[in-house]
Formats: sequence, structure tokens, C-alpha cells
Amino acid sequence: MAGIPFDLQLLNLCAALLLLLSFAMLAQRRIVTLVNLLALQGALLFVATLLLAWRTGQHHLYFSAALTLALKVIFLPWLLHRLIRRLQVYWDTEPLLNISGTMLAGIVVVVFAFGLAEPISALASTATRNSIGIAVAVVLLSFITMITRRKAMSQVVGFLSMENGLFFGAMSATYGMPMIVEFGVALDVLVAVLVLGIFFFQIREQFDSLDLHHLESLKEDQ
Amino acid sequence: MTPIEIITQVLEVLAALAAAPLFLGWVNQCRAWLQNRRAPSLWLPYRGIRKLFHKDAVIAESASPLFRIAPYIVFGTMVVAAAVIPSMGTRLPLTMAADAIALVGLLATARVFMSLAAMDVGTAFGTLGARREMMVGFLAEPALLMIIFVASLISATTALPAITEHLTTQAPALYPSLAFTAIAFTMVLLAENARIPIDNPATHLELTMIHEAMLLEYSARHLALMEWAAALKLFNYACIGFALFIPWGVSTGADSPAALLASIPLLAVKLGVAGAGLALIETVSAKLRVFRAPEFLTAAFLLAVLGLLVHLLLRA
Repeated sequence: MAGIPFDLQLLNLCAALLLLLSFAMLAQRRIVTLVNLLALQGALLFVATLLLAWRTGQHHLYFSAALTLALKVIFLPWLLHRLIRRLQVYWDTEPLLNISGTMLAGIVVVVFAFGLAEPISALASTATRNSIGIAVAVVLLSFITMITRRKAMSQVVGFLSMENGLFFGAMSATYGMPMIVEFGVALDVLVAVLVLGIFFFQIREQFDSLDLHHLESLKEDQ
Repeated sequence: MTPIEIITQVLEVLAALAAAPLFLGWVNQCRAWLQNRRAPSLWLPYRGIRKLFHKDAVIAESASPLFRIAPYIVFGTMVVAAAVIPSMGTRLPLTMAADAIALVGLLATARVFMSLAAMDVGTAFGTLGARREMMVGFLAEPALLMIIFVASLISATTALPAITEHLTTQAPALYPSLAFTAIAFTMVLLAENARIPIDNPATHLELTMIHEAMLLEYSARHLALMEWAAALKLFNYACIGFALFIPWGVSTGADSPAALLASIPLLAVKLGVAGAGLALIETVSAKLRVFRAPEFLTAAFLLAVLGLLVHLLLRA
């Protein structure tokens, strides 16, 4: 560890904190805090991208850092907060698994992800290749967040956090995707959240609740 | 075994015995200041212990010899634990006897005897406290072991002085794994020492108490030993924390009286800051319901395991 340059140490710290934030999201029951954690995750991603851009001298990474800041740290959390206020959903119902159980499942998933990423990082030649495992773990943990929640709102937060994980994975494996792909993905996420926002209102109109449990039955009288 | 090593060893044990109640008094004083109360004297724990030693012991009729022996065993294990933790110097003759894992075992021995003694008399409160103590203990122990494993992996040894020596001699670097485990260790420290999110040390008759419930049947010298042991436990935990996370300033050379002398004020400063921090944590947090304690300790375990995994992945 002592032989690694300081900026790489900082990048490793960012990676570790991203993993920690994913667990914090897994444990969080309040939706408002969940959105704040998502914004924090975006901010960490922004810092990591900036550091990497500075380290490698790749100019397009500065653009993706700016995109991350604008979209994931400022716009999307603002939009989600607004939706939360308008829909009056502050708490998720009790998750399907209790918190401690979810956490332990999360650890198993992290071990799996690290094992999965090992051959990939052996092939990669970037300085940040060790973080690929963390990126995979963040994606899988976001999956668990989506699976164990009932409210549509927290599932969308899980979805966005998954996208963050994918972005971080691309960054650590190949120093980011081509600009055009990154723009495309950012636009997709933006549109997805906007459309899902409209969905929320429709779901609530129909069932008086954002609990996706109601969507499982085909008819109302069942 | 050089004379300086023996002096370090003796000095460490004596310092632990003498300073533990002072440390407890300091934490209580900081807590009182933070809560806008008039602070009790720094020497109050000493006075309490002295007063108890002068009283006649009252022992329940149904008590077995175990009940009488337990305070001595608990106190003894805490003294031995203080002897193997490198709080001032790392060249300690006694550390050959016990590494970090054995240290966790020593702490567990104290817990088992304390719980047995609490159940021995057969009062409802004692049994209740013992059960809760075991619940907290069985969750905190794996977390503590994981914390020690992370430090052991970094320095490739389980001997606590060797870990400290390795960490002090290395070039400073950011260790995310150690940062995670430091938080986990703080949580374990709070839980194991009956501090506020898990137990309230100031309470004396409440349905939620854990540590005090186990001591309800004790009086006089037995109680004095138990309270002294509790203070020693807090002191020991603080010193384990220093050994793992802020090891700088501990004397590592074989023959260096100057370094040993310099390490004493540094230890005092570290203890002062740690005590104030502990009081701050206790003031800003609310006591958890007993049934939320497993969640708190699972989080500590999780942080420690995450530290372990991050270390294995990032080599950091």
C-alpha cells in the first residue's frame, strides 16, 4: 500500500466509500435519506471521475464528471425530492427481509462480486482495475435494494444506484465509455426517471398507494 | 528479557490499574459538561472504590462459592489483558503468552464469569442482565475478531505488539479498510462497555439496564472489584483501539528509556481525547431499544467484514 501514489490511494478510498454507501442504502428505510444517499453516491462518483481525469489526462473524463455533477448530484435528487413531496411518500414499508438479514446477504453478494471480477481485473491494464470488483458489487447490491423494497420510489433509487455502479465499472475497467455512449446512457436515465415519475402518479391514482405489491394481482377483486 | 522490558511491563500494568478509574472519571466529567450539568469530581470513581473496600460484604444466602470468586476472576482477567496490550511499549515479556485472539478470549472469560455470577443468586434482574449481556457479547465478539483480522492481515501477524510495531514503522498511507474497522471498533467499544446506544452507565434501576443489572447483588469489596474491573475494561478497550488505529508514539525500541518516558504523556493525551470523544458520542446519541442492539452490532460486524474484503481486493 505504501508504494501506491497518493491520488490512487484517494481513488481507492472513493471506491471503498461507494461500497459503504451501497450498504447504507440497503439498510435505509426512509426514502428521503435514500435519495440523499444517492446524491452522495453521485458526488463521490464525480470526485472519482475528476481524480481519474486528472491522473490519466483524458479530457473526455472531465465532461463525464461535469455530466455526473449536473445530472446525478443536482438534477435527479432534486426531481426525486420534489416527487416525494408531491406524492407524500416518506417511509418505505418494512422490507421483505429484515435489515440484519439483508446486510448478511449483501456480504455474500460482495464476496461473489469480488470473485466474479477477479479475472476481469487480471485482464484490464488500468491503474484502477482493482476497483472493478467494487463496481460489480455496487450493481448487485442495488439489485438487492430493488428486490427487497416494495415502494416504487425506493426501487427507482435502486435503479439509479445501479447505473452509478455501471458507470464506475466502466471507468475503472477502461477509463470511461466513449462520450457518445455516455451521453446516450445519461439521456436514457433522465427519460426513465421522468417517465417513472409519471408512472408513480398513475400507480397512486389507481391503487391509492405506491406499494408495487398491488400490481401483482391481475384483477381488483382478487 | 532486558530490564527496560520488565520495567515497561510493570509500568503498563500499574498505569492501567491507577489510571482506569481516572479515565472513567474523565469521561463522566466530559459528559456532565456536555449536558450542562455540574461535573462530578475527577476522583469520584476512586472514592467510590475506597468507600466500598471499607464496608462489610453482604452476600445472599443462596449464593454459591462461584458468586464470591467471580469478582476476583473478572478483575484478574482484566489485569492480565492490560498486561498484553501495548499501551506504552511494544517489547513486553508477557505478550508471548497471549496474542490478539487470546485477548478476545480473555475478555470473553470475564464476561462468562460475570454472567454466571449474576445468574447464581437467582434474582430476576440478575438473570435478565446476564442474558442480555450474553446477547450483546455473542454479537460483539465476532465483530471484534474481524477487526483484529483486518489489522492482522495488514501486518501478517496476530500478535498485538507486532501489529502496532508494523503500523508505526510504515510510511503513512490511506487505509480505507482500517478506517472502516475503526468505526466498527468504536461501535463494539460502546456495546461492550455498556455505553449509551446499548446500555446507560448512569442508570441504576431501570428495566433496560444490562451491566448494572448483573451487579445488583454485589456489595462492598466484591462490588468495588467489579467496578474497578469495568473501568479497566474501558481502559483496555481504549488501549486496543490506540494499538490498532493510532499507534504512533508507542516506544518500539528495545533499550530506550527516553522513548518509554515520552510515550507516557502521549498516552495521556490520547486517553484525554478519546474520553472526550466517547462523551460526545454518548451525548449526541439516544439509547437504542434492547431489540435494536443486534442491528447495531450487525452493522459493526458488517463494517469490519467490509474492511476485510476491501483490504483483500484493493490491497489497502
